[in-house]
Amino acid sequence: MKLLGCIAVLTTLAGAAVAAEIPQAERRSGYSFMTADTEAMQDEDTANPGMLWVLDGEALWKRRAGAADKACADCHNDARASMKGVAAHYPAFEKTLGRPVDLEQRINLCRTNHQQASPFAYESRDLLALSAYVARQSRGMPIEAGSDPKLAPFVEKGRELFMQRQGQLNLGCINCHDDNWDKKLAGSAITQAHPTGYPLYRLEWQSLGSLQRRLRACITGVRAQAYDWGSPELVELELYLMSRAQGMKMEAPAVRP
Amino acid sequence: MANANHTTRRTFLGLAGGAVALGGVPIVTVRPADATPAMLSSAIRNIVGEANVRTGKVKLDIPPLVENGNTVPMTVSIASPMTADHYVKSIHVFNEKNPQPNIGNFYLGPHAGRAQVSTRIRLADSQKVVAIARLSDDTFWSATADVVVTLAACTEEAI
Amino acid sequence: MPSALINVPAKAKRGDIIEIKTLMSHIMETGYRHTASGEVVPRDIITSFTCRYNGTEIFRTDLYPAIAANPFITFFTTVTESGKFEFEWIGDKGFSETASASITVE
Ligand code: HEC
Ligand code: HEC
Repeated sequence: MKLLGCIAVLTTLAGAAVAAEIPQAERRSGYSFMTADTEAMQDEDTANPGMLWVLDGEALWKRRAGAADKACADCHNDARASMKGVAAHYPAFEKTLGRPVDLEQRINLCRTNHQQASPFAYESRDLLALSAYVARQSRGMPIEAGSDPKLAPFVEKGRELFMQRQGQLNLGCINCHDDNWDKKLAGSAITQAHPTGYPLYRLEWQSLGSLQRRLRACITGVRAQAYDWGSPELVELELYLMSRAQGMKMEAPAVRP
Repeated sequence: MANANHTTRRTFLGLAGGAVALGGVPIVTVRPADATPAMLSSAIRNIVGEANVRTGKVKLDIPPLVENGNTVPMTVSIASPMTADHYVKSIHVFNEKNPQPNIGNFYLGPHAGRAQVSTRIRLADSQKVVAIARLSDDTFWSATADVVVTLAACTEEAI
Repeated sequence: MPSALINVPAKAKRGDIIEIKTLMSHIMETGYRHTASGEVVPRDIITSFTCRYNGTEIFRTDLYPAIAANPFITFFTTVTESGKFEFEWIGDKGFSETASASITVE
């Protein structure tokens, strides 16, 4: 019974006329869909569990590592100055690879190239902590990712992935996040999927998590096989989402249900 | 009823073909037998003994509809003087349907100035939460709240 | 070392009632979950939190698995003299952490 109900809901969603992209004036951060209690959790540093990772990241920033025996701070000095606004323009084009990398991949490039240490695993506490610490330095700043002309073909690929129907439920991201963002799915606000707060503390996870983790969860949600960690597809989706959120304010580390 | 519905929806939106968790170990949340009303009343008896628990004085602030049962903000405050002669000794919080009826015990004293504590709790399902305060004269006062828990969409865990 | 966040006002007047907020990093594994292969994930929680003010216990909490991950606890106290608040979290698997914050009372 209930299962049929769910399919009906999703078919209605999928069947809705495909709307144009969300107009600038109607863009809303996931923050504005939350209850006052959850907003309060994000707003106050001592109440925001994401700040625990920021603290860890601050300690790691100063810790020497790898064969080069260098700390992030040895090259980048005070993160509050050197990392200000950096996360707001990621994913960014990486010349040596000829493609965009996200913030976590950028940090891992410094791990391998500059510290001569092994890269951190995706979603490891250390990588989340460093990316939270770096992203925190962009809080309140407008998102700028995607304006580099070299990124244009990758933004376009990300947009195609966003529109593409997939999985057993045959749904594209767009069917929920552009066409039905003002609706609820069995109690949860659907939202417009603006990645303003990553890495963020998700109540469901009871942990901090990256944008890739969030995207993989939405993909498995439509019963499709999620792209691998670090795959070009996930980075292109991240890039497209960040570029359509241009001008919105960074909230990392945010809190979401 | 509500329970069965949630399970179905979660399975539906959840991952096809198994659970995913980070750090390598796939985790499946099991549904152990819920705490029964008998367990709840025996947990309460453990604290209050044979004393009578009256309704009143206690205020239990908890959102009636929560976005995620994993992290539910909760504040308990007691309308009581906080003087050397009349004060709140302790606050005890219980739930009806988690695997275990206890949530937390908070011990304070006259120096607290204000009998109020906040924390964040887990609620496995929509259910009742009960807060009981013990005053310095060893009387017990309580408040009860009903909470409706929505489950997140797009979860990684299969139940 | 796990991180903790403590919020205590730096200054207060004698007799003021202040709010203390604490956030400790901990997974609070309930002991009620199983891995896909059926093994129980052992309980790993903080079981007790204590606050002392210049050596005297002013607040204590027993925690159960129903306390959310990264426990957040706030409470009040009346300040009487300058000094130090000491916080202690104790739990399963030998978990034991402390933190402190000082206050100037005028
Ligand atoms: C030996 C010096 C060195 C160390 C150590 C180092 N980096 Fe870098 N980092 C660089 C250089 C140089 C660049 C510019 C890109 C390049 O040439 O790789 C850079 C770029 C970056 C960027 C991108 C900045 C932007 O504006 O796009 C980030 C973020 C960053 N590093 C983070 C880190 C973190 C976090 C650590 C510690 C884990 C670290 N770096 C360690 C030298 C270093
Ligand atoms: C069936 C509807 C549905 C589909 C299809 C879907 N999502 Fe989501 N998505 C949600 C819901 C509902 C949420 C809100 C979070 C929650 O409570 O689970 C969400 C949350 C998000 C967020 C988090 C926004 C924030 O504020 O942090 C991002 C990003 C996102 N989705 C991206 C995507 C992408 C990319 C795709 C396609 C690969 C996609 N979603 C497909 C329903 C959907």
